[in-house]
Amino acid sequence: MSVLVDKSTKVICQGFTGSQGTLHSEQAIAYGTQVVGGVTPGKGGQEHLGLPVFNTMREAVDATGADASVIYVPAPFAKDGILEAADAGIKLIVCITEGVPTLDMLTAKASLNSRGIRLIGPNCPGIITPGGCKIGIMPADIHLPGRVGVVSRSGTLTYEAVKQTTDLGFGQSTCVGIGGDPIPGSSFIDILGLFEEDPETEAIAMVGEIGGTAEEEAAAFIKKNVTKPVVAYIAGVTAPPGKRMGHAGAIIAGGKGTADEKFAALQSAGVHTVESLAEIGSKLQEVTGWS
Amino acid sequence: MNLHEYQAKQLFAEYGLPVSKGKAVDTADEAVGVAEELGGDKWVVKVQVHAGGRGKAGGVKVVSSVDEIRAFADQHIGTNLVTFQTDEKGQPVSKIFVEECADIATELYLGAVIDRSSHRITFMASTEGGVEIEKVAQETPEKILQAEIDPAVGASSYQGRDLAFQLGLEGKQVNQFARLFVSLANMFEECDLSLVEINPLVITTAGDVHCLDAKVSVDSNALYRQKKLAAMRDHSQEDERENEASEYGLNYVALEGNIGCMVNGAGLAMGTMDLVKLRGGQPANFLDVGGGATKEAVCEAFKIILSDKAVKAVLINIFGGIVRCDIIAEGIIGAVKEVHVAVPVIVRFEGNNADLGVKALDDSDVDIIAASSLSDAAQKAVDAAGGEA
Repeated sequence: MSVLVDKSTKVICQGFTGSQGTLHSEQAIAYGTQVVGGVTPGKGGQEHLGLPVFNTMREAVDATGADASVIYVPAPFAKDGILEAADAGIKLIVCITEGVPTLDMLTAKASLNSRGIRLIGPNCPGIITPGGCKIGIMPADIHLPGRVGVVSRSGTLTYEAVKQTTDLGFGQSTCVGIGGDPIPGSSFIDILGLFEEDPETEAIAMVGEIGGTAEEEAAAFIKKNVTKPVVAYIAGVTAPPGKRMGHAGAIIAGGKGTADEKFAALQSAGVHTVESLAEIGSKLQEVTGWS
Repeated sequence: MNLHEYQAKQLFAEYGLPVSKGKAVDTADEAVGVAEELGGDKWVVKVQVHAGGRGKAGGVKVVSSVDEIRAFADQHIGTNLVTFQTDEKGQPVSKIFVEECADIATELYLGAVIDRSSHRITFMASTEGGVEIEKVAQETPEKILQAEIDPAVGASSYQGRDLAFQLGLEGKQVNQFARLFVSLANMFEECDLSLVEINPLVITTAGDVHCLDAKVSVDSNALYRQKKLAAMRDHSQEDERENEASEYGLNYVALEGNIGCMVNGAGLAMGTMDLVKLRGGQPANFLDVGGGATKEAVCEAFKIILSDKAVKAVLINIFGGIVRCDIIAEGIIGAVKEVHVAVPVIVRFEGNNADLGVKALDDSDVDIIAASSLSDAAQKAVDAAGGEA
């Protein structure tokens, strides 16, 4: 088992014929993901990467029975793409696009929440169940099917956590990049809850960063609801206040959102924190006793 | 992206919000001209910089003669203003804002941000105006009133009236405040703002609600559809190197240390800085070269990092996801030759073609220290920079 996606997940790519959509769909197909087609308005009826292209998500879902979509369209069109997928009946939408206006996310998220539709991202690497389904831009070969659930706000930090758990032979059940934006589609809490319920996930690696209070909220959730061991790392101890550190959401504002506060909240919730990102794997080994 | 006060007030005026008459100018002569145009015998002159704390730093003054205006303009235009919110260099002053002087009876606070927990535009109001709102929130949180805007329906007048009554407003002020509240919420949504703050919002001696200050930040991701606001951007208020970096798709933030960092990915870039600190060193910068780091981008990154003369070593940390480490290695070799890098360069490659990348560095004639792991890289960089910073 795993969370959210597996071998049976049928994926439609929105922005299919663009350079990003093409590159990452090719890699997803090579990995074994069931990509069943794509959408590029105006190119319906064509074939791309040996798969059908549709004009609209509605047509794509009707023809293929897809249950997930991945979005590679430019930021100005991301909200439209998300709502189109939702209205077509897609239940899991993964938005890779970076730079989506925050107010677009406020309205899109409100609409999705009212219908129980899950969005991962935007501004994220995507989601992968190793050996089963890869939706997104993460490098396939660092993953190994296994027992650690990985959830992270940062792409490359997810890869670090994945590599370390692969090198130690633990592998991953599912890895979810929730993205670096201030208003993510899914929060740490959403994914932690899924990992807690998933029998294949035996331990959790959580990677946070400065800005907002998502980690503090996750800490409170873990204390109450999560029985599996959680190892957490927070990036940005050295980040100065008031400066945006690359990600739109990574900013210490009004003295709030510091790494120190987040570490403290997680520690008081019984989470095993590491100060060095190089020690995520070894800490997991220590707390689980896995060899 | 931040606006100057005078720009924010132009926007306020377009939304019918009550602001004083005034104009921003570049010279003392113009400042005197504006005062004469406005008439009266009392004006407020304010330096225009992107920083709070102007009043305490002497950048805001009530004046009652043209000589005083001239003296204020001569004193400030062309200099830098240092406040508790700026660095020690301060922010350059190229404009001052001359406006009518309002007679103040009461000072309030009104602001709005996007609340990251509730996923809504959230208004905050307080009777404690004119002081730092963060301090009020910390010391007397019960004095901060809140109202959330439902993204599906927008702001309602009753929410404004509710706040007004709680603030103790009376008579015509209640409806004035409610109108202001709804206009401000509409402005927030229509202009893609990330923050708006009126501190202080005042009740004048005539009993009217009036916006004495105005602070506005625009969501940078939305500038493509906010062309008018995008045109208001004042590059002189921003860090020159950060701007230069962004032209090449690089994210750069200068810090105080001596170990330059070049990393792919924002999270990993922060993590690398933290690791340098953990090993007893001090990072000189945050720099994310992005997912598709080309030779050109690497070259430019070197130039920007080395323009900081404090840098004693450069640590390059690349996790090859989509990008291949051997391609990055070629970029690094080319850049080191082209930019004439004179400090030790430590490289850690991981992921896609990391082995080939290390080999390419080994085979080249440039002097680069290859690291075997993340911790090893941080340690080597700290050692190369001369230990404790």
